[in-house]
Amino acid sequence: MTEEQEHFSFDFHTERPEIVAAGRDELRVRIGDFAGPLDLLLYLIKQEQANIFDIPIAKITAKYLETIQLMKRLDIAVAADFLVMAATLIEIKSKMLLPRDPKAEDEEIDFDDPRRELVDRLLEYEKFKTAAGMLHERTTIEQATFTRGTLETDENNSEVDATVFDLLTVFQKIVARHIEEVKMEIEREEISLSDMIRALEGRIVEFGEVNLSGFFEEMRSHRELVTAFIAALEIVRSEAVRLVQNKTFGEILLRRA
Amino acid sequence: MEDPVSENVESAAVAKAPARTPGELVALVEALIFVSEEPIGTKLLADILGEEKGAIQAAVEQLSAEYVERSSGLQIREIAGGYQIATRPEFHEEIRAFLKTRPSAKLSLASLETLAVIAYKQPVTVPEILEIRGVQSATSIKTLLDKRLIVAKGRKEAVGRPMQYGTSKDFLLQFGLKDLSELPSIEDFEDLAASV
Repeated sequence: MTEEQEHFSFDFHTERPEIVAAGRDELRVRIGDFAGPLDLLLYLIKQEQANIFDIPIAKITAKYLETIQLMKRLDIAVAADFLVMAATLIEIKSKMLLPRDPKAEDEEIDFDDPRRELVDRLLEYEKFKTAAGMLHERTTIEQATFTRGTLETDENNSEVDATVFDLLTVFQKIVARHIEEVKMEIEREEISLSDMIRALEGRIVEFGEVNLSGFFEEMRSHRELVTAFIAALEIVRSEAVRLVQNKTFGEILLRRA
Repeated sequence: MEDPVSENVESAAVAKAPARTPGELVALVEALIFVSEEPIGTKLLADILGEEKGAIQAAVEQLSAEYVERSSGLQIREIAGGYQIATRPEFHEEIRAFLKTRPSAKLSLASLETLAVIAYKQPVTVPEILEIRGVQSATSIKTLLDKRLIVAKGRKEAVGRPMQYGTSKDFLLQFGLKDLSELPSIEDFEDLAASV
């Protein structure tokens, strides 16, 4: 569906949601996106050129239901909020069908107009919708201005790059710790270097960064530890990952470059 | 090699009682705004240069006027509580071509609306946003948090102690605002909305 693709990037100003009549009972909705039920409602009211203070509720309700029906058919997930609005509309419509209390029949017709609350919400919403348009404009201008590139200073380069020697120190510390531990020989499950690399990569992708000593500590045997160490070296060499040490002698992290 | 010139420069830089011509001050202010990573405020400039705030403001105005006068490609902007030197928006195409960048992803209609509600109603809770927008805003809030345009501002002392949100400094930067008071009043949009 190339057309849908085209409208995926929604331009706030030039592209309004639009319902295009394409056939007899085949309406097609070209929706950038209705931001919500109030948005859709406002759109329908404008489409009908109705007065917001005197909404032809039966007509608008029908249109509204028609549209969300259509949205369903188009497999656009019709969120619960759209359905809540539908229920609200139907409620208002039914209230308006009720005969008015003759005693309250004064010239103050809209004294307790069931539409009033909805109108208030629509007006309130519309203000923020317009404000959103203003923000959009501002950010567009803002994105078109550039400041100079950042200077290389110590401050913005606070991450001390860890060297292989730092790595080695961490490794040695952990080896030392391992030696002190009571060894329980379990049936050895060999893990190959490539498996180890894959495991480490997976971890980095998943978490964004991996604490190296934590990773080493998980290793159950000397052999695994060595494999893990080589895997770490290998992964850094491939340059998809950076070694980062936030302070001298601090923890070394593997971070996605 | 002795270099008396550099010595002079050094002593001038730390001088507490400044004897600068207005032109020199303008030049210094320009230099500091240029090197500052973030928008630099009047107070900081005044402290560093040992000048009155008023003098700094006058210098910035003068500088700004000079840029305009000679139709510079640069402009002085007041943003997020400080001054900044930036390119003029009309050159964005050429600059993007050079930097090989594209405008970053636009916020969706829903996210912009949510942001507007938060900007005007802050601190505001999720249910309050729902009330105005008539639609769940969880995804938008997450997007805005991820983009650091909004921040959590503590919990509201109400049933369920809901989290409140407000806009961040990044919001000011990304929307080119001096401070929140620079946002047009929400009531102004009433007429605007009615006229559409």
